[in-house]
Amino acid sequence: MNNTCVLVTCPMFTYLEQELETRFNLFKLWDHSSSKAEFFNNYSSSIKAVVGNTKVGADAKLIDSLPNLEIVASYSVGLDKIDLDKCKQRGIKVTNTPDVLTDDVADLAIGLALAVLRKVCVCDQFVRSGNWINGDFGLATKFSGKSVGIVGLGRIGSAIAKRAEAFQCPISYHSRSKKPNTNYKYYLNIVDLAANCEILVVACALTEETHHIVNRKVIDALGPKGFLINIARGAHVDEPELVSALLEGRLGGAGLDVFENEPEPPEQLFALDNVVLVPHVGSDTGETSKAMADLVISNLEAHFKGKPLLTPVI
Amino acid sequence: MESIGVLMVCPMNSYLEHELEKRFNLFRFWTVPEKSAFLATNKNSIRAVVGNSSAGADAELIEVLPKLEIVASFSVGLDKIDLAKCKEKGIRVTNTPDVLTDDVADLAIGLMLAVLRKLCESDRYVRSGKWKKGDYRLTTKFTGKKVGIIGLGRIGMAVAKRAEAFSCPISYYSRTEKPEIKYKYYPGVVELAANCDILVVACSLTEETLHIINREVIDALGPKGVLINVGRGPHVDEPELVSALVERRLGGAGLDVFEHEPEVPEELFGLDNVVLLPHVGSGTVETRQAMADLVIGNLEAHFLNRPLLTPVV
Repeated sequence: MNNTCVLVTCPMFTYLEQELETRFNLFKLWDHSSSKAEFFNNYSSSIKAVVGNTKVGADAKLIDSLPNLEIVASYSVGLDKIDLDKCKQRGIKVTNTPDVLTDDVADLAIGLALAVLRKVCVCDQFVRSGNWINGDFGLATKFSGKSVGIVGLGRIGSAIAKRAEAFQCPISYHSRSKKPNTNYKYYLNIVDLAANCEILVVACALTEETHHIVNRKVIDALGPKGFLINIARGAHVDEPELVSALLEGRLGGAGLDVFENEPEPPEQLFALDNVVLVPHVGSDTGETSKAMADLVISNLEAHFKGKPLLTPVI
Repeated sequence: MESIGVLMVCPMNSYLEHELEKRFNLFRFWTVPEKSAFLATNKNSIRAVVGNSSAGADAELIEVLPKLEIVASFSVGLDKIDLAKCKEKGIRVTNTPDVLTDDVADLAIGLMLAVLRKLCESDRYVRSGKWKKGDYRLTTKFTGKKVGIIGLGRIGMAVAKRAEAFSCPISYYSRTEKPEIKYKYYPGVVELAANCDILVVACSLTEETLHIINREVIDALGPKGVLINVGRGPHVDEPELVSALVERRLGGAGLDVFEHEPEVPEELFGLDNVVLLPHVGSGTVETRQAMADLVIGNLEAHFLNRPLLTPVV
């Protein structure tokens, strides 16, 4: 397989690149950024696989420029950066990395909720600045028992629910359709979900339908004592609406791992003490990154050996 | 009851002060410039003391209040109260168990997640604008890590129940094994530390548990281990902990309590593998109100000759 040409779209994980290099003829798209036309002229017809991620996937333009592309293996579970229709049309296989990252993302959702409600980062800063000598910190908000509303009850949404239940949080959810095997309360309308929970967690896939699913109406329904946790995609939220709601005190707080224009979150949030902002680290642990990389490699190996894909999407 | 003197030893909660004032003759000890003179003048009217985790009722104070009948602590911990002296003199003691269990357990889990996933560091990274220059580095997965708990009381059990939802195998050390509990018991703290990834201090502070986390335990926990302390600062040999963290002989720590609050060892301030909190274990609006109501409830019950709600002695 050493002659098989694989294109990786952007730097994602050194271990993954190393493993790809030992097995394939690996091309790094960012090495050719100044001479893109030349690169594509020379190599486009040799490239059989693309490895993408949440930043740079495989859009129509890239797919069109690779006439012999057979498979897109995403180093992510989210597929919003891949033109799935185009892949279906061309008969190009697509794989992602589900399950191996579910725990990490769910852990982060709970970690963000605890950090926001209990003001963990603000307190840590308070101690490090030496201010404790001048008086105790103020009071925060209890997490246990708060009602948690989850948008999207897939693998990650269910894992978040299971964890929140251990804190006695009543769970409710909104998704395209009611899920048969759960006792959680279902809301057909996301505004109703937001009106009836204290912590709203976004955990669904990003599609045309879910773009800006958290809009002004939802934010208003969540209200000045409500909290938004987003561990999904920045585009799920109408970000300017979110920012003004937070600045004006119309929303209680937010824990955000994703933003509309990564890596540039809205700077107006930086001075707020009722938000926790992390740089899209949902699955970024050593353990999970390796597991995701191994899954990408295994899917590619399976494909080129004519064996069944491990985690095919199409 | 307005003539009953109640001495509050330090500021703790305005709602509590307000409620005490409505019912009793409240003395705010911290506002008194000449404490001995004050006590000499008022000792015969003070029938109750309200303390907390910072200041309680030591032998010296108890001795100087001949009419003291009850010490009501705005805390569950009793380490600032001379219980033996209270027993000797027939003084009742109450605390605030149960109402704060969830908050403290929540904070323990919050500290674990914040330390392992470097949440505060990442938040600082974003706010400083560094994300534009590159991604933050990889951290450590929490789910599935082995959690060892020292003290399997109300708080310890609540921590265990939460950690189980993250598929963390639970083990514990306590004075006696609890046969009805399915978690793995270790008869010694060093053994527990050697066999877990995250060690949580959740026991009460007594002579026996002073510095229960010492050099040996820290060494056993090791460079990949994390210490979480939601107990009391004196549970830990703090200088040993600090040098282990600075020298990377211990993987990380999440600390809500310190030996000399509100002073925290400054060597910790520059570390990225610690989360430091200003003793906020029960510090939520909801829980402090519940704790205050319990203090009031206990005092009222006592002075109305009814059974105490949460007596210790």
